[in-house]
Amino acid sequence: MTNDLTRLTADALATKLAAGDISSVEATQAHLDRIAAVEGAVHAFLHVASDSALAEAADIDRRRAAGEQLHPLAGVPIAIKDVIVTKGMPTTSGSKILEGWVPPYDATVMTKLRAAGLVSLGKTNMDEFAMGSSTEHSAYGPTHNPWDLERIPGGSGGGSAAAVAAFEAPFALGSDTGGSIRQPAHVTGTVGLKPTYGGVSRYGAIALASSLDQIGPVSRTVLDSALLHDVIGGHDPRDSTSLTDVWPSFAEAVRNADVAGLRIGVIKELQGDGFQPGVMERFREALALLEGAGAIITEVELPSVEHAIAAYYLIMPAEASSNLAKFDSVRFGLRVNPKGGGTVEDVMSATREQGFGAETKRRIILGTYALSAGYYDAYYGSAQKVRTLVQRDFAAAFANADVLVSPTAPTTAFKLGEKTGDPLSMYLNDIATIPANLAGIPGISVPAGLAAEDGLPVGIQFLAPAREDARLYGVAAALEALLEEKWGHTLLSQAPDLSSSEMNATDEGAV
Amino acid sequence: MSEITQEQVTHLANLARIALTPEEIVSLTSELGSIMDHVATVTEVATPDVPATSHPIPLQNVFRDDVVGQTLTAEEALAGAPDHDGSRFRVTAILGEEQ
Repeated sequence: MTNDLTRLTADALATKLAAGDISSVEATQAHLDRIAAVEGAVHAFLHVASDSALAEAADIDRRRAAGEQLHPLAGVPIAIKDVIVTKGMPTTSGSKILEGWVPPYDATVMTKLRAAGLVSLGKTNMDEFAMGSSTEHSAYGPTHNPWDLERIPGGSGGGSAAAVAAFEAPFALGSDTGGSIRQPAHVTGTVGLKPTYGGVSRYGAIALASSLDQIGPVSRTVLDSALLHDVIGGHDPRDSTSLTDVWPSFAEAVRNADVAGLRIGVIKELQGDGFQPGVMERFREALALLEGAGAIITEVELPSVEHAIAAYYLIMPAEASSNLAKFDSVRFGLRVNPKGGGTVEDVMSATREQGFGAETKRRIILGTYALSAGYYDAYYGSAQKVRTLVQRDFAAAFANADVLVSPTAPTTAFKLGEKTGDPLSMYLNDIATIPANLAGIPGISVPAGLAAEDGLPVGIQFLAPAREDARLYGVAAALEALLEEKWGHTLLSQAPDLSSSEMNATDEGAV
Repeated sequence: MSEITQEQVTHLANLARIALTPEEIVSLTSELGSIMDHVATVTEVATPDVPATSHPIPLQNVFRDDVVGQTLTAEEALAGAPDHDGSRFRVTAILGEEQ
């Protein structure tokens, strides 16, 4: 039943497309067929753009046949997180308040994808406005982890990670405010990178927290993330926080991967208590492999990390409460008229009550509180000072190490429903990923294996100084090669084949 | 526990323009209390000598020439609006009867 084309990496698809071995229509149709086969179980997509995807693919095939010089990735399919606005495809950010909204413009990353000829398969599920670590806060129902359908795919970008892990797309776009690219990668056995803040334009990404948000790549291999990053990165005059740096080729960084002499600092505070034994086991094994390949493993301390979550859960809701004020029932999205009418403010309040989910309301209220008169200095002001302390810690650590390393998250995928009743325990799960967002530095999560106790994927996170994203691609690609050599296969080749497990489910009554 | 009251949450909901139900106000009051208990630890380490960081990468403000660029047409801008009259967004009364 499995179509071979969906098992190929984006890089391999690109090679076959360029050689004329396959057409973009064939590659696109194979992924649409796979989506049709497994979406009932996974629910990674909020919108599948079958018709426009096949039309885009046919156009690429036509241009290639006409001898046009195309981008190396032209004709390769891709999935787009629903936080990114897309002309012609509905964009909801996982919220009822934007149900059915078709944006009148493209995000800059979409403009770049279209210019490179990538084929958009559709929009992926996410926690509402990217608020969550499990996709359970999506207004359209959760995504299921392809490794175990009873478990979370991570969040907020669980849809993009699950789509890639379930071979519904070779790669995808994600966004990362506190770990929404890296933590889903960790729990689904995939790769995800949060670029340096400003490395990728945020224009057209529906803002959660503007000083923390960053768009980045999600894929099955380190090279595919690098290839995608090379397409979406770079300066954008439409985003005033976009960096003007000229970036090196990240694909080249992957191809030249070498850890000999690389100083890798193990973050002392991000291990031990609260970290699952199977997560730590894979972590230490990965470090031993890197050391064997010539890396120098040292220990570094980030003492302010213990306050990072607290600072994050003040800064992020504060910025979110401000950003989400735009959902006012006037220019786009839902409008709810209260019984008996009312003023525009009454309409606004009724619309936001009905259109926002519980987590979004919680964070808006929390942020409004943190910014309100009398509390602003104590909470928001103090959180911004903690941000300075976290940055200073990183600066000191990077004086003695080229990259830092930690497990990406404390545990493997937890069960759907396990933490929804306790928001704080969900928040604490983000401990390892949040510091990079506070400091604006890049971070990558790459598969490290399966935890012995539950057989679920474990990721390892590398962090680099701001603007040094290429280092992450180098070290992650080196580790990926070492691990796959040791295993004799990719991690995702061990994931359940969902199309057959669904059939078993009807026979056995259980998956 | 933090001293957050239902009256405070009601006030915050009004500021945030969300018509919370009485049940939501009760549950949010307790959740906000436990979350604030945790996040209030930032006040312990944020001593006066530490400067605040609002933005992760130091940047200058960005300006451009004041010329018309590529913009949405009125039709495009109105396409997603809940209500409009063809050239403007339409809303209900701005002021209530008492105002």
